[in-house]
Amino acid sequence: MRKVLIVGATSTIAEQAARRFAAAGDSLFLTGRNEERLAAITDDLQVRGAPTVAARVMDADDLSAHGATIDAAEAALGGLDTVLVAYGTLPDQTACAADPATAVAAWHTNAVSVVALLTDIANRFERQGHGTIAAISSVAGDRGRASNYVYGSAKAGLNAFMDGLRHRLFKAGVKVVTIRPGMVDTPMTADFDKGPLFASPEKVGADIHSAIEKGTAVCYTPGFWRLIMTIITALPRAIFHRTGL
Amino acid sequence: MLAYGNGRSYGDSCLNNDGLLIDIGGLDRFISFDPATGILECESGVLLTDILELVVPQGWFLPVTPGTQFVSVGGAIANDVHGKNHHGAGTFGRHVRSLDLLRSDGTALTCTPNDNAEWFAATVGGLGLTGLVTKATIALKRIEGPFMDVDTLRFRNLDEFFAISAASDSDYEYTVAWVDCTARGGKLGRGWFMRANHKPALGQQPDPRKRGGPTFPFVTPISMINGATLRPLNTLYFHRKRQPCSRDTQHFQPYFYPLDGIKHWNRAYGPKGFLQYQCVVPHADARASIAELLERIAAAGAGSFLSVLKVFGDVESPGLMSFPRPGVTLALDFPNRGRQTFTLLDRLDDVVRAAGGAVYPAKDARMGAAAFKQYFPATERFKAFVDPAFSSDFWRRVTGEDS
Repeated sequence: MRKVLIVGATSTIAEQAARRFAAAGDSLFLTGRNEERLAAITDDLQVRGAPTVAARVMDADDLSAHGATIDAAEAALGGLDTVLVAYGTLPDQTACAADPATAVAAWHTNAVSVVALLTDIANRFERQGHGTIAAISSVAGDRGRASNYVYGSAKAGLNAFMDGLRHRLFKAGVKVVTIRPGMVDTPMTADFDKGPLFASPEKVGADIHSAIEKGTAVCYTPGFWRLIMTIITALPRAIFHRTGL
Repeated sequence: MLAYGNGRSYGDSCLNNDGLLIDIGGLDRFISFDPATGILECESGVLLTDILELVVPQGWFLPVTPGTQFVSVGGAIANDVHGKNHHGAGTFGRHVRSLDLLRSDGTALTCTPNDNAEWFAATVGGLGLTGLVTKATIALKRIEGPFMDVDTLRFRNLDEFFAISAASDSDYEYTVAWVDCTARGGKLGRGWFMRANHKPALGQQPDPRKRGGPTFPFVTPISMINGATLRPLNTLYFHRKRQPCSRDTQHFQPYFYPLDGIKHWNRAYGPKGFLQYQCVVPHADARASIAELLERIAAAGAGSFLSVLKVFGDVESPGLMSFPRPGVTLALDFPNRGRQTFTLLDRLDDVVRAAGGAVYPAKDARMGAAAFKQYFPATERFKAFVDPAFSSDFWRRVTGEDS
C-alpha cells in the first residue's frame, strides 16, 4: 500500500486521483490552503477506503513551509513513497503581459515553488532508494503560445526540471512522472466555454493514478493530446505565427 | 434558482429557463459510513451508483432504488423516488434519517422526521423548491451479496396480473411487471411479472456487465419506436420465453438497472425525443382504471416498449408532495409525435382524475395546473415552504404562473 503526499489536494483533479488511491487502500497526507475543504476531502477519502488520511494547511508559495510539511507527512504515514504535486494557477495572460510582477508570481507558483518542493522530496527519495514523484504540468508547456505563454513557460520549465530529475534518480530507482493534461472541466477553467476537447476531472484523475501505478515518464491526458501537441510543436513558425493558438 | 442534480428527471422539474441552475455535481463527497449499522452520510450530489460501488462490497444496499442508478441523492429526495420494493419499504424518503437544507436567505436547517419535521416533510418530494439540500443521512439495508433470485411469470391479462401481484407481495421484496401496451380485448394488460429477493450469499462477484456497456451511438433521424415497430417489439417480447414461469439468478445491476446498461438509450427516440407518463390510481377502481388507460393507449397505437405496472403498498410516503400512494401505478414512454401525443396524455389524465389518482411530477412535461392541484391536494400548504428565490419550469407551469 502506498503512502501518498498530495500537495494541492483540494484541486478537483487531485481529489479525483486521491479517490483512486483511497479505493486501492493507500494512505494519504493532504495539503492545501483551505482547512474546511481539506477536512471534507479527508472524511470522503476515509469513507472510500483509505486506512489513514491526514491533512495540513500549507500555502505552497511559502517555500519555508515545505520541509516541515514533508516531515509531518512522513511522521503521519510512517514514511512516504509517492508524491503528487497538483497545485497551480492559471493566470490571466493579458494581466501577465502587462505587469512583470504578475508574470513572476505565476512563475513562482507554477515553477519555482515546485522546484523547491521536488528538490527536497527528491533528496529524501534518493536516500531511501525508492518512490514515485509525480507533478501535474500541462500541454501548455510543450510550446509557448501567445494565448498563455507565461503559464506555458513555467510548465515548460517544470517539464525540463522533471526530465532532469528523472535522469538523475534513475539509478536510485525513483520514478518521476510528468502529467500533461489538456483542458479539464474544473474550477480553474470555470470562465471558459467548454468544447469537445475538455476532459472530465474523473478521467484525468484516473489517468494520473494509472500513470503513477505504472511509473509512466510522461503522461498526456487524455491521450489524444500527445498527437495534438506533436502537431502544434511541429508547425513551422511561418504558419504558427498566423494562428490564434 | 434551482438545484440541478444529474438531470435524469424526464420532464422539466429539474429545469429553470431564464433562471439559475445550481449544479450540485461538485457536492459529491461522502461524509461518514458505518459498516456496522449501514448509516451513510453524504453530500447531496453523490450519485446512487457511487453509493452502490462503495457499499455493496461491504454488504449493504440502497433501501429503495429507482430504475436508474444515475441520480443524485438530492434528486432522490426531491422526487421522493420509489422502486420495486415500494409495497414493503415505501419511498426513498422513508429511509432518510436527516437532511440539511440551505435557504436562499442563508438559513441552514437540519431536518429529520422529528426536528424541523414540517420542513422535512416539505423537502422530501418537494421538487427541490424548498431550498438547496446540501447533505443527507440515509439508512441502508443489509444484503448478503450482489445477486438476486428472480422469478418471471407470464400473465395473459389484467386479472392474472392482479392475482399474481396479490400472491407475491408478502414473499417477494421486489415486484414489477412489464406489460404489452399494444394488446387489446381479451389480451389487454398481458405481460411478464418479475418478482425477486436478494439472494442469500453467493460471495462477492463482479457485475458481469461491469463498465463499458454498449452506447447508443447517435440520435436516429426518426424514432426507432414507431408505428411499424411498436407491435412487433411488444409481441416478440411477450413471446420471448416458451415456459410461462422461470427462476434465475441475476446480478443486481441488470436486474435493477437494465437501461443503465445502454448509454444514451434515449437517442433511439430520435430528435423529437419522448415523453414519460406515470400515474397511480387508487385500489378501489384500479382494475377498471388501468384497463381504461391501457385501452386508450392501445387504441391510439401509442406507447412504447417500456411499459411498467406495479402495485404500490400502503406504507405512507413521508413527503407533503410525495407521488407514491396506495394503488396501482402504470408507467410508459411515448415517442413524441407532437399534438396527438399530448392530446392522448390529456385523455389519460381524464381517467386518472376521475379515479382520484395522480401523475408523477418527476416524469411529467405537460400536466396542467388544474390536474396538478387535484393530484396534490397539499399544494397550498406546501407553498408556505417554497423558498422565495427557488422555482422551476415545472412549478411555474403547474401553479399557473406562466399561463
